Amino acid sequence: MQAFIDSKLAWGLLLAASLAFPWVAGNDYHLTVMSTAYIFAIATLGLNLITGYTGQLNLAHAGFMAVGAYTVGILTVDHGWSFWAAFPMAGVVNVVLGYGVGLLSLRLKGHFFAIFTLCVGYIMFLIIEKWEGLTHGTVGIMGIPAPEPIGAISFESPLALYYLTLGFLVLAVWAMRRIVKSLLGRTFIAIRNSDELAEALGINLMRNKTLAFMLSVFYAGMAGGLYAGFVRFIGPDLAGTHHTFDMMIFMIVGGLGTVLGPLLGAIGMPWLTQSLQFLQEYRFIVFGPILVALVIFLPHGIVGSFLAWRARRAAKEGRPHAQD
Amino acid sequence: MLKIEHLTKRFGGLAAVNDVSTVIEAGKINAIIGPNGAGKTTFFNLISSMHKPTSGTITFNGRDVTSLRPDQVAQLGVARTFQATSLFDKASVLDNLIVGHRLRTRSGLWDVLRGSSRLREEERVCREKARDALDFVGLSHIAHRLAGDITQEERKRVAFALALATDPQLLLLDEPAGGVNPEETEGLAQLIRKFVRHGMTVALIEHKMGMIMSLADKILVLSYGEKIAEGTPDEIRRNPAVIDAYLGSEHAEV
Amino acid sequence: MDVLLQQVLNGLTLGGIYGLVALGLTLVYGILHVPNFAHGAFYMVGAFVAFHAMNAWGLGYWLAMLVAAGVVAAMAVVSERLVFTPLRNASGIHPMVAAIGVLLFLEAAAQALWGADFQRMQTPYTSIIDLGGVTAPAQRLLIIAAAFALMVALHLFLTRTVVGSTIIAMAQNRDGASIVGIDAQRVAMLTFAISGVLAAVAATLYAPINLVYPAMGHLVITKAFVIIILGGMGSIPGAIVGGLIIGFAESFGAYYISTDYKDIIAFVLLVVILSMRPEGLFAKRGR
Repeated sequence: MQAFIDSKLAWGLLLAASLAFPWVAGNDYHLTVMSTAYIFAIATLGLNLITGYTGQLNLAHAGFMAVGAYTVGILTVDHGWSFWAAFPMAGVVNVVLGYGVGLLSLRLKGHFFAIFTLCVGYIMFLIIEKWEGLTHGTVGIMGIPAPEPIGAISFESPLALYYLTLGFLVLAVWAMRRIVKSLLGRTFIAIRNSDELAEALGINLMRNKTLAFMLSVFYAGMAGGLYAGFVRFIGPDLAGTHHTFDMMIFMIVGGLGTVLGPLLGAIGMPWLTQSLQFLQEYRFIVFGPILVALVIFLPHGIVGSFLAWRARRAAKEGRPHAQD
Repeated sequence: MLKIEHLTKRFGGLAAVNDVSTVIEAGKINAIIGPNGAGKTTFFNLISSMHKPTSGTITFNGRDVTSLRPDQVAQLGVARTFQATSLFDKASVLDNLIVGHRLRTRSGLWDVLRGSSRLREEERVCREKARDALDFVGLSHIAHRLAGDITQEERKRVAFALALATDPQLLLLDEPAGGVNPEETEGLAQLIRKFVRHGMTVALIEHKMGMIMSLADKILVLSYGEKIAEGTPDEIRRNPAVIDAYLGSEHAEV
Repeated sequence: MDVLLQQVLNGLTLGGIYGLVALGLTLVYGILHVPNFAHGAFYMVGAFVAFHAMNAWGLGYWLAMLVAAGVVAAMAVVSERLVFTPLRNASGIHPMVAAIGVLLFLEAAAQALWGADFQRMQTPYTSIIDLGGVTAPAQRLLIIAAAFALMVALHLFLTRTVVGSTIIAMAQNRDGASIVGIDAQRVAMLTFAISGVLAAVAATLYAPINLVYPAMGHLVITKAFVIIILGGMGSIPGAIVGGLIIGFAESFGAYYISTDYKDIIAFVLLVVILSMRPEGLFAKRGR
């Protein structure tokens, strides 16, 4: 009971804090930084599902996010769609693409899957960069419309956009927590623990891995679509591996196998780099070794290790507890 | 229950398992033994559908399962344990077991997003099955301990519990007593007898001859991938071919 | 005909470079069973060290290459000790993530030290040789000669020396090798050192006809992975043959199909082959 309250309380506090943030923030720039962090947090949640929960390292994740962004960009700028009509398409296109890529790649074990997705990611980047007829090539797509007003609410101001991205993040977190806490989430974890054991327990590997993959790229696509409507300019750079690596770091710092971990990582780390301005360009000089150290000494991340410590304490006292 | 006919598995030119035919008899404890390199593990992987045989058939309760995947075979009621069980170390023992009953549930993504009553019911059932399985193997007292903090022997029991949660008819146990001391071995042997008392069938690979001789109802002996003997422990003990196979190669522990 | 020969020359050049890089990668994978994502960074650092040695210290081309090889070999050994050895029993994605951490660090460090701009590496071999109608820049001929000479040297080292045979033993059967008294640690360090040397030499050979910049390892390393998957993880002939195949596919593809998309060729090959055979072309049969 106590743990139940702990969990709800923690999430409630986070929500309250994020709702109150604009008053604490002080200026529009901070709102923009936070909104961008929220968008990448949504994508990171997706990565966490396939990598953190199902154990498959998808190095093409940024590529999928870019596909979502470009779907919105191309539909709105080149074909006159409204943002809200194009936005769901970002998810649809990604799910279809994810299904295809998943079929090809998810039979591959461990290392091969990572390498394969590294190549797929690169193919995506290259196609975006070279297929000028479709993607405008290296120039990128400019002038993407902001989300059209819904009723009386317009989305032109940083404040409105902040709450819009926050709203989607809340939705994304809610759905993800539902998924990972359910039997479906347990199925994914079983696959991560051991393909063989999961199969011996009657779990259809391909069906479940493909589902996890499609869900994860759906998240990436929607995040990409949001990004397009928010920043209103996109380029091939969005598909670059450095974005995937950034999200990977958020995930690992926070803690694989939790929802809270990658969420906090995705929100906290950009602020860390912000406050250490000189680091921005060279952040990996610090984050690279931190990543290595984390993986060696704290493989379950900060949140993951904390939750395990708390669980151990609960076990000693003989009471059950909620995970995350 | 499980009929194996002319099972052969070749890797390149080498036959790891060569034309083995046998029956895993229902309600009994069937043991598969043999000196190292006899092909026991390959044979086991074949009958649990982890590998496809080069030729031969496997029939489970009258149904041809030779070309099925491991998860399909598990659906039919064949559960299997491994020498090393991978658990989520940071979750409780009970938590790890809940997924064991997943194969009997039907909830999918839509159920999850809706929070459907079917999902709630199925999760309740899975949790109940997990508790029952844990109780069966005598580990209810560590239900909330982190899976990373349990002993080797407890880990073996948890592996059994996982298999039990799938509601199996046949349990395939891969070296169930590996790495535990003699006292714990006897405890696990009693647990295995309990499976049979409750209507399940067991087939296992083991090296511990003492355990096998007092536990098994029927023993299959493999050597160099071929069946060299089959029968009760007494028959096997006196079988010259078996004695011959073990002398001159690595002796099993007694 | 001349055009054909020209492409053959290009193919050999690329094949030599890719082969060297893939060799280093496959050696490490064969021993440690971890894909070293940082290998591309080793390659890049090799080029930068050579560049620096030539420009800042005024060393000649070959001496700079030697220095680069030494530095990268040392770096590789350090990363083996600090990163890969502690993780040798870890499973799942952690060893790969750690390798990526090393990669990110090295790239950022290179950018901090030398800037993100494209640099030109000078070579003393700027002449063009006319081989019966085919224009053969001396540097390309040099690459071909040096790359294959190094491959032969490596082959001899691995098969004819005692030290080399310990590496092969470890790659084939790690446990068996340690039972026989082979020190796994030293072999691992040696293998990493060799992979570093191969990467640095390849980079220094190739840099004069390409450019030097912090991200230069990306493409090469992804293609090297394609090569070792196609040629067999841990297979030395596979790396060499695979390198040639990709090299030829790219140079012919670039000329006859499209220069824009030539880089995709290797990846498309990988996608096609892995889709048909998920274990790779030369997987060892399971138990």
